Amino acid sequence: MSYWRVPLDIQDIKIPKGDIHIIIERCKGCKFCVEYCPRNVLEMSTDYNPKGYHYPNVIKQGACVNCNLCELICPEFSIYCLEGEAQPPDPDEVLRKGGNHES
Amino acid sequence: MSETITDYTNKLTIPKPEENFRHPMEAYIRSERFPHIWCSSCGIGTILTAYISGLQKSGLDPEKVAVVSGIGCSGRVAGYLRLDSFHSTHGRALPFATGLALGNPELKVSVISGDGDISAIGGNHFIHSARRNMNLTIICINNFTYAMTGGQAGPTTPIEANSSTTPYGSYEYPFNLPFLAESCGAVYVARWTALHIRRLTNAISEALLKPGFSFIEVISPCPTLYSRRNRLGTGLDSMKFYHDTAIIQHGAETREVDIEYQQKIIVGKFVDKEKPTFTEARDKFLKKKLGDRFVPYRGPNHGH
Amino acid sequence: MKADPMGVATGSHYLDGDHACAEGAIAGGCRFMAGYPITPSTEVAERIAERFPKIGGMFIQMEDELASMAAVSGAVWAGAKSMTVTSGPGFSLMMENIGLAVMMEVPCVVVNVQRGGPSTGLPTLTAQADMMQARWGSHGDYEIIALSPNSPQECFDLTITAFNLSEKWRVPVLFMMDECVGHMTEKVIIPNADEIEVTPRKYYKGKKESYRPYRFNGSNSVAPMVKAGDGYFIHITGLTHDERGYPVINAEAQEKNVKHLVNKILKNEEKIRIIEEDQVDGADVVVISYGISSRVAMNAVEAARKKGLKVGTLRLVTVWPFPESRIRELAKSVKAFVVPEINMGQISLEVERCAQGNAKTILVPHAGGWVHDPTDILNAIEESIV
Repeated sequence: MSYWRVPLDIQDIKIPKGDIHIIIERCKGCKFCVEYCPRNVLEMSTDYNPKGYHYPNVIKQGACVNCNLCELICPEFSIYCLEGEAQPPDPDEVLRKGGNHES
Repeated sequence: MSETITDYTNKLTIPKPEENFRHPMEAYIRSERFPHIWCSSCGIGTILTAYISGLQKSGLDPEKVAVVSGIGCSGRVAGYLRLDSFHSTHGRALPFATGLALGNPELKVSVISGDGDISAIGGNHFIHSARRNMNLTIICINNFTYAMTGGQAGPTTPIEANSSTTPYGSYEYPFNLPFLAESCGAVYVARWTALHIRRLTNAISEALLKPGFSFIEVISPCPTLYSRRNRLGTGLDSMKFYHDTAIIQHGAETREVDIEYQQKIIVGKFVDKEKPTFTEARDKFLKKKLGDRFVPYRGPNHGH
Repeated sequence: MKADPMGVATGSHYLDGDHACAEGAIAGGCRFMAGYPITPSTEVAERIAERFPKIGGMFIQMEDELASMAAVSGAVWAGAKSMTVTSGPGFSLMMENIGLAVMMEVPCVVVNVQRGGPSTGLPTLTAQADMMQARWGSHGDYEIIALSPNSPQECFDLTITAFNLSEKWRVPVLFMMDECVGHMTEKVIIPNADEIEVTPRKYYKGKKESYRPYRFNGSNSVAPMVKAGDGYFIHITGLTHDERGYPVINAEAQEKNVKHLVNKILKNEEKIRIIEEDQVDGADVVVISYGISSRVAMNAVEAARKKGLKVGTLRLVTVWPFPESRIRELAKSVKAFVVPEINMGQISLEVERCAQGNAKTILVPHAGGWVHDPTDILNAIEESIV
């Protein structure tokens, strides 16, 4: 779905941004964070961590909206999200993609 | 910790030690004991995260919260939580917690333990703690098996499921834990899976704030034993299975929430009712009978 | 510290041993009790259930003895002085969690009013056959303290001592009564609260970061405790642990931990020891006894002395730790030890071991159900000198 015009209150809206941190050596490679990230920000590495597991890498820097799901679902306390500076939405993108956040 | 880890791949950027301490839950875990013992893609770590998150959300003072575990994989939760935490004997987490909660009425005591610990060897304590409406929050991590001892059948193992002591599949009727908890008198009963992480967090927060016996069953992946023996894949596959089969039904009749092998899992908040706790009922009753001669137990910080 | 006057029923009473034990617990500062009914110990719980609501105590009747013992450990970490009470079959059920209390170094008192066994045995009749179970009934290596009273007055006095010893050494103290003492009614004098010495729990007061719940340092002392809820974020486990309380699963940690549990009792045996000796200097025979048997033995000892025999007595008030050095010393000067006990030979084994062949050890066994006939003890004394 796309919008036919830019919403009038677009100036009042800010999209939260998250800054993802990964404590690589704690990861045991369960892939929960990669699978359940709603913005598909993460991908498993091809490298190994010192325990011999693949760990997640951030592949879409800036796409994270700080929902903290990765932090909650991670069984190892090895990923967390800190609040970044919220950004106003890009009017062109809103017109193009509407309410669909999946990219 | 980080400084002792050898970067033998020569490809890693190993975080500085101080980086670790910025994990928002770092203050609640004993990370000096990490890595924890749980297997890759085991759900217990996720449930631990939910517990911490639920505790934060509840607004309770962590200094006044104690956690008791029994024995088994889930029994190790206490050892990783930076709260007053006690790792008791197999099945006896509930009576230990009862002593702790009665001994100091200012404490909010949680029990985090496994299905075998709570409902098999500790089954008698479970039904009686619920009957008394003891002021305890029970988080029962159900992985359908005795994992630490190598995947034996337990009181929740579904019919058909393979285990090391049911090599041809289990033929015993399993417990329906929410039904058991409700019929014994629990005032708060919910079931979630390790996938329902936000709802679980909310449930834990509600349960912690609920006076009396609250019970949350959390279905959790056991990739190494239950899933492997039954060829159900990794923990992630279990999570996907929960995604596809779990049905949220708040207020469902607990007698109808049995779990059958690889069938739908009904989750939700089933019971939330008000009833005086053991201590409230005791104090009120004894005050009525003894009048001014009754001296309530106030705990160690108030003298006698 | 003196006893809290609120709990002390000062005065002269006519009480049975079970009731006196309950009064002793209250005077000793006990304010939490978890128990399960079992003959012949139930009267202790009954009196506590009646008294506690009026003095600010918390009594709970648990679903079984496993739960009772676990609840006691929980309540101690919450800060209460706690006890439970049982008899043989319940004592067996408590053993696992007595082991937990030993490992967690929980100061508490476990009362066992002994009856005949094994199994259901003789619910209403006496025995002293749980003495070895008291010592090592739980799995693994450890030492505890066990006391054995021989009168209702002692049931009162020694219950206070039991609480004091448990606090001093951070160890469960097993209070080994027997059905006869438990159900015997005699005069019991309860003194004023300010005449009763009570050992308060030693609490840590330093910096939170440097608190260690255990101290494994060669064992002349135990670490002070803290209470759950005081903000120390302690971790306490039944697993082998280090001084921080954190599990460490290896042989070195086991060595330190177990040696501490054993040495804090054995190396301080002489400080813990309470024994009563009479006319042992120059004696040919010493009768070693405890509990109700010590009173029966007196009859035989007096008869023997009237016959001109040189008989001394040694009564074990603390049965465990065993007064090994004292028995060794006596073995060098006496010809024989006579050990009457209401079992088929338990403490006599210890006496025989400590005598090291320097003196004979003669057991006067009794399978239980009743006390000895003093004549049997007298015969043993006479035979021992021949």
